[in-house]
Amino acid sequence: MCTYNTEHARITGSGKGRTGWVPLTDATVYFDHPVHAQAEHTLNIDLTGTGAAGDRIAVELTAESARALVAAIERALGKVPADLLEGPWR
Amino acid sequence: MDDAMTAGTISITGAGGDRIEAYYAGPSSGDRLGGVVLIHHMPGYDRWSKEVARRFAADGYHVVLPNLYSREAPGADPDDAAAVARARGGVPDERLVGDVGAAAAHLRGLPSSNGKVAVIGHCSGGRQAVLAGCNLDLQGVVDCYGAYVIGTPAADFPVRAGGLEDQLGNLSCPLLGLFGAEDSYPSPEQVAELDRLLTEHGKEHELHSYDGAGHAFFCADRPSYRPKQAVDGYAKIADFFTRTIGDS
Repeated sequence: MCTYNTEHARITGSGKGRTGWVPLTDATVYFDHPVHAQAEHTLNIDLTGTGAAGDRIAVELTAESARALVAAIERALGKVPADLLEGPWR
Repeated sequence: MDDAMTAGTISITGAGGDRIEAYYAGPSSGDRLGGVVLIHHMPGYDRWSKEVARRFAADGYHVVLPNLYSREAPGADPDDAAAVARARGGVPDERLVGDVGAAAAHLRGLPSSNGKVAVIGHCSGGRQAVLAGCNLDLQGVVDCYGAYVIGTPAADFPVRAGGLEDQLGNLSCPLLGLFGAEDSYPSPEQVAELDRLLTEHGKEHELHSYDGAGHAFFCADRPSYRPKQAVDGYAKIADFFTRTIGDS
């Protein structure tokens, strides 16, 4: 099935794509058919900024590995002193 | 038999007078040929969609596959363009009708056209094929597992796609529907409701639901591919095209 489900988040940071490093402003997250991963459905994340469509940074993860990634991110953030997590961004 | 084929990128004037990219495939010779507008699935104007266009061309039809995401991401890879279109909420219905209408006009304008045009679409394109059939003068519609032909998405649904129940009475031509019995979007209950409504409106139609298949069973490059059901589905499409856009 096509789920059509799509979640959005505003983000601040950078990512490295086919043209090198680019600023990122938006994340689109959805569980639907992948383009490349050999699974019927995957958790897909598109990270984009103000660049061209081809500057998108994309991943397609199985549900299990997406949850593992979320947990790893939370563990990594959880081990950092709170004052380091606050900006300002430079 | 002359089986030479011509295929490649063309440009057509779509909805709102916009020049949009499209892929044409058709026999290099022949006369009085029917036309097929192929609407790509939600993942976009990809290699598989072009393969399907060449398949119908090999069957003796002129085929035009409009790139529905031309405006969002001109020149981008199909998957990147699909990501942009998705993030922006998909293709507006009015624009879709304009683009399909332009593709149909292009086909009818070809010197070797017989003037007959059918539309076929997969996934989101299945719904869009029905939408086109309800708003344009066409000779046939093939809906391959289109979701939300029947049914209303939740209020926070992220993609523009509402049910077409109130438009089915305007369907201009016969409809062939091919579905997977294990699909949830559309569900077997929604397929049954489509059958009921088309019967109520007196519209010529035939719907087939395949056991052992879910969504996207035609997609040969995806795990959802079901060869047995796809082969039978292609046979039904070939028969439908012969009856609706063949030179009889």
